[in-house]
Amino acid sequence: MTSSPDPLKGYRGLARERLAAWGVRVWSDVRVVNTAGSTFEGVILPRSETFDDLHVVLKLKNGYNVGLHVDRVATIEEVGYREAHYKIPEQEFPRRDDLPAVTLLGTGGTIASRLDYRTGAVIPAFTPGELYGAVPELADLCNLTTKKIFGVFSENMSWPEYATLARAIGEEIQAGADGIVIGHGTDTMGHTAAVLSFMVQDSPVPIVLVGSQRSSDRPSSDAALNLIHAVRAAGEGPIAEVQICMFGPTSDRYGLLHRGTRCRKMHSSYRSTFRTIGAIPLGMVGREGFTILDPHFRRRDPSRRVKVDPVYDDRVTILYYHPGMKPDVVDALVDAGYRGIVIAGTGLGHVNKPLYPALGRATAAGVHVMMTVQTLWGFVQMYVYETGRELLDLGIVPLDNMLPETALMKLGWVLGHTHDREEVTRMMQTPIAHEITEREPHNGYLILQGGLPEVEEFVTSHWK
Amino acid sequence: MQDSIDYRAVGLKVGLEVHQQLLTARKLFCRCPAGLYTREHDGTVLRHMRPTLSELGEYDGTALMEFKTRKNIVYLLHRKTTCTYEMDDTPPFLVNEEALEIAVEQCLMLGCDIVDEVHIARKQYLDGSIPTGFQRTAVVGVNGRIPFRDRELTITQVTLEEDSCREVSDRGHLIVWRTDRLGMPLIETVTGAELRTPEEVEEAILLIGRVCRSTGHVRTGLGASRQDVNVSVAGGRRVEIKGVPRAALAARLVHGEAIRQVNLLRIRDELHRRGLRSADDVVSHVHDVTELFREGPLDLLTEARWRSWLESTGRRPGFEVGTGPFSVRAVRLPGLAGILAHPTQPGRTFAHELAGRVRVIATLDQPPVLLHSEAWPAGAGESLEALRRATGAGPEDALVVVWGAADDTETAASEIRLRVEDATEGVPLETRQPFPDGSTDFERILPGPDRMYPDTDSPPHALDPAHVERLRAALPEPPWEREARYAAAGVPLDETRFLIRRGGSRLVDRLVEEAGADLKRAALFVARDLKAARRGGLAVDEIPDGAWVGLFALFGERPVLWEARREIVAALAASPALEPAAAVRELGLGEPPGDWEARVLELAATAHPDHPDGSVEQRLRFLMGRAMRGLRGRVPAREVLAVLRGQLEVQA
Ligand SMILES: [Zn+2]
Repeated sequence: MTSSPDPLKGYRGLARERLAAWGVRVWSDVRVVNTAGSTFEGVILPRSETFDDLHVVLKLKNGYNVGLHVDRVATIEEVGYREAHYKIPEQEFPRRDDLPAVTLLGTGGTIASRLDYRTGAVIPAFTPGELYGAVPELADLCNLTTKKIFGVFSENMSWPEYATLARAIGEEIQAGADGIVIGHGTDTMGHTAAVLSFMVQDSPVPIVLVGSQRSSDRPSSDAALNLIHAVRAAGEGPIAEVQICMFGPTSDRYGLLHRGTRCRKMHSSYRSTFRTIGAIPLGMVGREGFTILDPHFRRRDPSRRVKVDPVYDDRVTILYYHPGMKPDVVDALVDAGYRGIVIAGTGLGHVNKPLYPALGRATAAGVHVMMTVQTLWGFVQMYVYETGRELLDLGIVPLDNMLPETALMKLGWVLGHTHDREEVTRMMQTPIAHEITEREPHNGYLILQGGLPEVEEFVTSHWK
Repeated sequence: MQDSIDYRAVGLKVGLEVHQQLLTARKLFCRCPAGLYTREHDGTVLRHMRPTLSELGEYDGTALMEFKTRKNIVYLLHRKTTCTYEMDDTPPFLVNEEALEIAVEQCLMLGCDIVDEVHIARKQYLDGSIPTGFQRTAVVGVNGRIPFRDRELTITQVTLEEDSCREVSDRGHLIVWRTDRLGMPLIETVTGAELRTPEEVEEAILLIGRVCRSTGHVRTGLGASRQDVNVSVAGGRRVEIKGVPRAALAARLVHGEAIRQVNLLRIRDELHRRGLRSADDVVSHVHDVTELFREGPLDLLTEARWRSWLESTGRRPGFEVGTGPFSVRAVRLPGLAGILAHPTQPGRTFAHELAGRVRVIATLDQPPVLLHSEAWPAGAGESLEALRRATGAGPEDALVVVWGAADDTETAASEIRLRVEDATEGVPLETRQPFPDGSTDFERILPGPDRMYPDTDSPPHALDPAHVERLRAALPEPPWEREARYAAAGVPLDETRFLIRRGGSRLVDRLVEEAGADLKRAALFVARDLKAARRGGLAVDEIPDGAWVGLFALFGERPVLWEARREIVAALAASPALEPAAAVRELGLGEPPGDWEARVLELAATAHPDHPDGSVEQRLRFLMGRAMRGLRGRVPAREVLAVLRGQLEVQA
């Protein structure tokens, strides 16, 4: 953080009163003697507002921080003032005529970053110069342009941001970018990848979302390698689709390229959190280049014209069905004005009988109700059982093997075009970007169970 | 070579960082068991480390150095000892309260002021020893003091931190770590730089060890405690010798480092005399001399020999081996003639200083790491002349040759220059790796405060003053007080210190308090008898403390049992669940046989030594030995002796 209007940033209550009375402030270089006679020399740091109002945080000369209770401070003396200027060293990003032009669009994800004391959050640093300072390898891969579209945390991304981002991508492609990289927080990266798959169609170049599971303020961060992989996939890669590029294994080995509509964050903290569901990843990207795993993809083709279609209706939601769910939940959604509901149903796509009348009321009120499966893998199959057929009769639309989050994103986008029941149903059931596939290969469902002898043999002989 | 030195005259100053593992059930930031070690693994992870910026926006020097080495880092995992936290795939859980409490207790033992609010920091380590790239560490106590000799030793601070991985191997660009020890809680006790001789260093390490161990809440045994020793002489600079396992070795290392620094200062003075007064004056010329040595005569510098070495040591491209074709590089150092052969540590020269940097930073580790003009291989003088011609080296110049993968030799050439630049200032800030013979080698550039930054994953933890006071009230007595108390009771100092170090003194105090034992007798029983029994292979550590208390109560009731203590200890060790009274019963001890006097008299009448020398004393000794076989622990030896002596006098 550079300058701040509040000289006592983050301090409140008693600690704030005392600091003011002592005539010291954040970044004051102080010498404190406490009531036990111990001397502390260091700089007063800002404090998180969520912490108590009894302690002052000091960064000692040896780099450690300690909290001093204000009642134990006997004397405090300001011996200097040292405001920290946290800066990523900026160097001019070198350009080479033989390298592709890649545009990095920033949404607030953490690729290169610094710490914010007040919140403890990691603040991204983003210009090509800053990135070159942090990840110099990028200069061997592309001529980089960066644009900060907005700075929001992943969980705060929403429909207006999706539309803005889609338009920005279109502009960059039209301006001649050979590939687009989108820096994004990982929590909702799957949602953004899905919605961009609908809002930006027929891209002539790769559109690659990337982030990190370990923030780049750590030496072990996956951010740099992910960025290198993503830039390579965007600049040199053959796949002109919306894709997510993140670690394959948790080891520093290679990145996986996941199709934007078929990908999901599957672990709260693992590096290899993103997995393709119900299919195999498009390919691998590493130091040595690409390994294509699924040959059925849209190839890079500079002559193709991108179609940007950034419309939406944000009155959509997911209903994660559970046993004992009461019909009033559905009624409440309808009363609140929701126009589209994606149910993540049990098994092949089920909800309990008491919900039926409420679902009937919803469809009758013009709400579009879609069915997906909370098992994530596998297809909705509502024709087998009586109950399923009843749901179909109520106007519930089965979405085959579309992932619930992808279905939500698509429904919001479709409702931006039309509310006509037949047209909505047709658009939802017609795949645009493999969000529904005709068949599931047997290796599209692989959750290895630890402990099994053959699995243990496999995992002990491969990098995790 | 000067091997003796006046420590006061050279201004030796030493400070310690004593690491001591804490005895907790779980690790510091996850719920894995602490203290469980494995030799196998069932998973491996490959990682790399990148330097990051400090919160003040600066890169740390060590971090940059370690990035230059471009190490492939492999972690060996075992599901019994590690979870996804150690893999750096899960954020930390809240700090282990048990560990924090023990740390506070240790701080109080060391006379420290406890900090009000503990802030967990990240201390960067890019060598891979911790998969996150940083160690989570926090100051718990400051401003401590303990009595030392006729003065006090300052305890600057005590930190609570997670232990690192154990190194399995370090070859070329690949370093392998085992993760079982990673995350175990330990405290680091930092002393002031107040120790003046190697003897003081050894004594201080042992003293801090006794203080820590007085509570019984720290781990003992191999690897449970180790120290970093910070050494400087007047005009020199702080050098940190890392991970010294034993106090006696620390003393030898301090001696060696003092000599090294004195010699580096001499080298500095000599360089200044030659006009090399600062880094700016140092020039180096790097020549690619691969062709020159392609056909020999130095086999060591040929690609064929290098390749066969790679193969025989199992080095793989992309893992251990660096990038680029085989290359031989010569570094000409104008004005350095003779310096490379200047002694540093006992048995080492300045060339070893260069080799250390090349081995660690450029990862060129094929012995002997480098060749140089001051000690060129015997019988290859012509090749040195050819090299001098090829590089334009005059008689005032020194030459250093390195070989291996091209990119590494380039790094090596620049490190050689940097080390010579450092030499113009005398002693570089380094951490050094210790060897059992008392020598050291370069490990890394000494990190500065720029590698510290707050751990955003962990909230600050305010310590409740009332709880601290409760811990203070329950502290055991410090070792110096116990030593005085035991000495007053007649226990020798060596035994007292052994008891404190091994935790036996707490048992001794219990025996005195609960069983009314005599302090000296109890102390010597635990320090000598039990130690001997343990050495004899008896499982005495399996016997619960309560049993010892019960046994000493029996000694009080029937003093004759004391004479049979070895037999009773053996019986208890054989079945640790046995009550002492039951053991005594089973052994038939405690009660004198009704006819014991008659038996002793009969023995005196019939038994004789094999080779009698005619003396009464010899006969008495022999008869006592025979008589006590059946009577030890039943009849006091003194009474048996009286009966025998009376009988012999009658006979005489
Ligand atoms: Zn763990």
